[in-house]
Amino acid sequence: MIIRIFTACGGGGDACLMKPKIPQQIISLSILFAVFISALFVARGFLVPKSFGKYGHYRADAADEVAAQPIQYAGYHACTECHSDIDEIKRLSNHKGLSCEVCHGAAAKHIEAPDEFIPTAPRERGYCPVCHGYNPSRPTGFPQILATQHNPGKPCMSCHDPHSPVTPRTPEDCSACHREIASEKSVSPHVTLACVRCHAVPQEHLMNPRLALPEKPASREFCGQCHAENADSPKEIPRIDLASHGDRYLCWDCHYPHYPEAR
Amino acid sequence: MNDDNSMNRREFIISCSKALPFTAGFLLFPINATEMLLAQESGGYDPTQHDFAMGIDIHKCIGCARCADACKKENNVPLEPTFFRTWVERYIITTDGETRVDSPNGGIDGYPEISGNMEILRTFFVPKLCNHCANPPCVQVCPVGATFVTRDGVVLVDEKYCVGCRYCIQACPYGARYLHPEKMVADKCTFCYHRITKGLLPACVEVCPTQARIFGEVGLRSSPLRRFLRFNDIVVLKPSLNTKPKVYYAGTDGEVR
Repeated sequence: MIIRIFTACGGGGDACLMKPKIPQQIISLSILFAVFISALFVARGFLVPKSFGKYGHYRADAADEVAAQPIQYAGYHACTECHSDIDEIKRLSNHKGLSCEVCHGAAAKHIEAPDEFIPTAPRERGYCPVCHGYNPSRPTGFPQILATQHNPGKPCMSCHDPHSPVTPRTPEDCSACHREIASEKSVSPHVTLACVRCHAVPQEHLMNPRLALPEKPASREFCGQCHAENADSPKEIPRIDLASHGDRYLCWDCHYPHYPEAR
Repeated sequence: MNDDNSMNRREFIISCSKALPFTAGFLLFPINATEMLLAQESGGYDPTQHDFAMGIDIHKCIGCARCADACKKENNVPLEPTFFRTWVERYIITTDGETRVDSPNGGIDGYPEISGNMEILRTFFVPKLCNHCANPPCVQVCPVGATFVTRDGVVLVDEKYCVGCRYCIQACPYGARYLHPEKMVADKCTFCYHRITKGLLPACVEVCPTQARIFGEVGLRSSPLRRFLRFNDIVVLKPSLNTKPKVYYAGTDGEVR
């Protein structure tokens, strides 16, 4: 019945009903539409990436491309496979939560070529304060130091083993009482000298400090042991001619031995 | 209508019903086949079986910014101090109620001493990164569909589709995106997608010395993240925006935005 509307027969005779005729323009248009629609599907097949829509309205291969990026940090377990000896020490220490690559840097290359790429080890003083330098924003209780006052000039490793760091004990020796002298000495060229190098300390001094005083150097020749021109000491130590230098003064009249400023 | 027509209609319906089982089979087959194919292609990793998220414990963060440093090295992020996939902010709240936030070079080179004569009430560090929203505004605004949420809950950028229009950078309420200066495409945290799909932790989580960052699966009861979510009071950043972030913060101050 619907077809009848499109027939050329205006009157609607029986002959027309038996042979319904589709008009030429409809046929041409539908061919055109068919061509366009099939072209659309063909073009879509070429243009839309194959993985598009696998998981959602995106190209699933894009996720795989991101996942194909090379790895730089090998991860804790990769390190401990070979370096289990260090891990056994570290896993019991205060640094047990640290991954090796926090300090030693990204080491995936070291896993691939252990001899060609050697990870770095920060031995200089600047690295530890990245975490342990005092910062008021850090959580209370986290071990922190003032890098300018905490044994300046000394590498952290000379007292603390980074694989098994322990909180240093309270000073039991001279600095327990002579705190100011100790901190002055710590920034001086005399930092490496033990107190007993210059002061003979009787054992009694520890119990009764005022009754048994330590000895102090008494002569210019004592300093001359290191600083005289012919002294048997490392050559980077500054030298003077004891006979002409300073005349009748004692060394410590001008040079404070705990912080000798004349360098 | 005549008899010929009614016969045709009946035949048509009968043949249709015969074809029905085949059609149904044809419709169902491609879904299973695709799932299986994808599982094989990516070496056994099936994104439909995972749902990743991150936890951050503010109380544990010491602001060493090793995370930001490791992120740059792992992902070849440009070293200039304007490009970050993750960074650490320092919050200083003074007694007069003022809040100051700074993050010089993401915290990688440390923070300047707190200057001036302000009295500090509270101060702490907050690591920031892409929140991998379940309802991400960046994905909504992308005009070319270059950014998307994967089945395992990670928001990624398709570098081949991205035209660098910066709409997503504008849209992100967390400031987590930047325009890569060489590729000229939007770049952001991927949760180290190349690592997590191989069973490794993201680089920032790997190097965090105090375990302030926790990574894992939301759906897996044994995952460290699930434990973190069980035992902490969790907030997400800017919950009012209904972005449904998947970076969960514990011990977060109300001032953190």
